[in-house]
This record gives sequence, C-alpha cells and structure tokens, in this order.
Amino acid sequence: MVTSVTSLGRNGLYDWLIQRVSAVVIAVYMIGMLGFLITQSNLDFDTWSAFMGSAPMRIANTLLVLSVAAHTWIGLWSVTTDYLTSLTFGKAATKVRLVVQMVIALLLLVYVLWGLLMIWGGA
Amino acid sequence: MKVSIYRYNPETDREPAMKEYELDTQGKDLMVLDVLNLLKEQDPSLSFRRSCREGVCGSDGMNMNGKNGLACITPLSAVAPGVKEGKKPLVLRPLPGLPVIRDLVVDMTMFYNQYEKVQPYLQNNTPAPAIERLQSPEDRAKLDGLYECILCACCSTSCPSWWWNPEKFLGPAALLQSYRFLADSRDNATEDRLSKMDDPFSLFRCHGIMNCVSVCPKGLNPTRAIGHIRSMLLERGV
Repeated sequence: MVTSVTSLGRNGLYDWLIQRVSAVVIAVYMIGMLGFLITQSNLDFDTWSAFMGSAPMRIANTLLVLSVAAHTWIGLWSVTTDYLTSLTFGKAATKVRLVVQMVIALLLLVYVLWGLLMIWGGA
Repeated sequence: MKVSIYRYNPETDREPAMKEYELDTQGKDLMVLDVLNLLKEQDPSLSFRRSCREGVCGSDGMNMNGKNGLACITPLSAVAPGVKEGKKPLVLRPLPGLPVIRDLVVDMTMFYNQYEKVQPYLQNNTPAPAIERLQSPEDRAKLDGLYECILCACCSTSCPSWWWNPEKFLGPAALLQSYRFLADSRDNATEDRLSKMDDPFSLFRCHGIMNCVSVCPKGLNPTRAIGHIRSMLLERGV
C-alpha cells in the first residue's frame, strides 16, 4: 500500500527479516569474540594478528561488516522516516530526509569498503 | 478534587490551554465520565463525546493522567493512585495524535481511513450457499479476541509509530481488524489482504512496544494479531 524506494529491500518483510538475521550474526560474533578475549590470558600482537587473519575470522568479519551495515541502514531508515517528516520539518521534510538518508548510505558504503579492505587487503 | 482539562475552541482560542476545576466527589469512586458530566453542569461549554456510558460504543476514549482509556468504565481509583482521594489532580486530555475539533473531541478521520484500507468486511468470491456460510466451532473460536474491538482508537492513538506515520502505518486497531478477517475461515481474500501489507510501513512499522495492549479497554491484544499477520507474510514470502 505504501511505496518506499529507499528502504533496503523496498519490502517490509525483507527488511524485517534482514534486520533479525543481521542481529543474530552480530550477537553470535560478539559472543564468539568475547569468548576469545576471555580465554586469552596474554594477548599479544602475533596471536591477535594470526586470529584475525585466519580464514574463518575473515569470513566472520566480512559477515559482521555487512550485517552491521544492513542493520544500521534498516534501523536508521526507520528513524529518518519516523522523525524527519512533514510533522517536524514541514515542506522541507522530503529534502531533509533524502539528504540525511544519502549521507548515512554513503557513510555505510565507505564503512563496508574500508572494512573489506582491512579484512582482505592485508593478505 | 482537582481536575485539569485540556480546553480548546478553535473559534475563540489562539492555542489550547489546561483549565482547572474543583469538584466535590464526597469520596466516591466515580467513573471519569461521571466527573465530566458533573463538571459540564458547572461549565456547559466543556465538550466531550459520550453515548452508551458502559464501554460498548467507544465514544469517550480520552487520555487520563497520561494513559488512554474509556472515561465511562475507568473509575477514579484506576486512573492513578491518589486521584480518587484528591491528593493528585485528574488530568484529562484528548486522544494524542489526532486533530482536536474542540476540547476533548478529536477528528477521527485519519483513524477511520486506515480502518477502511484493511477492507473490514467478509470477502468470498465463491457462489453463495442457499442459507449461510457455515463455520465450525473451532474456526469460530479463532475470531475470539478479534471481533470485540469497538474502534475507540485508544490503541492507535497510544502508538508512537502511528503518531509519526498516521497515513502510512495502519495502526493497531486496523491491523487487529485486518487479522480478524484473515483468520476468518469464510473469507478467501487472504492473498489480496496480505499483498497490501508487505511494504515497510503498513504493518512492519510496528516495533512491538505493546502500548496498544496496555491501553485496550476491551483487553484485546493487537500486538499478537500483528505477529500472526507477520507470520502469514513470512510463510507466504519465504
């Protein structure tokens, strides 16, 4: 009934599902990372570098970066469409919302590319 | 006791204001609507809607000390601790998020528009039987907790998602009614109904904070109904 071209999947069910799946990925990553940090009594650079450079962790880090970006976009898209509306900004609302959404989208894109560079670039 | 009431007459007032009243209830645990009726004797210009005065018509939905409810079935003791005893004032405001016509009377057009969108009537394109479409007792039981809604708008006007997007998000009342027909074994417009709700706003703007459940004067649970619709969409879309 409502058309939304800037939401992640342009579909409520898709966004809702991605939001939940990405939350699970982030939660599992955080628990795993916490477990690693707790079990390491003397964490030095070599251990950390070997751990983060291993193939499973590179994949986990990639999933994390993508999940954080998708989760953030869906969440902030909801926030912008809740609060940056004609109720708060009158006629300028569409411009304000579009600019804020584009800034968030570009920042997230930079974050993803930068993250991927860090994860895969240093091989 | 002290009563503070939101007053606004667009013909004479530049902006709304709270007006203070004094009323002697003789310690009785009156219903809020009784208090309003007594105050109207003091001040005939005070405007509010009421009809059945027994929680069936849904006319006197209002905000009482910060919580929506029906004035006719809310005793002073249930509004907030200390109100009945006169230790705290009774504060009455119109339902939040709707344009005020006058005092406690709000314009419900936006609310009814969303109700209309969910096509709240039975749809069945199979040939009508000679007498009536039968339903098993089990299927009929699925409508319990759904059909009782009286459209008082207490739930939708307590929902922040609806405050921010009253034209895009259907709101708990309309969604409860939508599920009432999705759950009805005699209705076969399920696909059409669901396909109109899978955008990011109509249904999915519900974040499950359950304000609707906490204020419903009929004890209904729109959040659960919304969850059921979401499950139906998930089954259909995955």
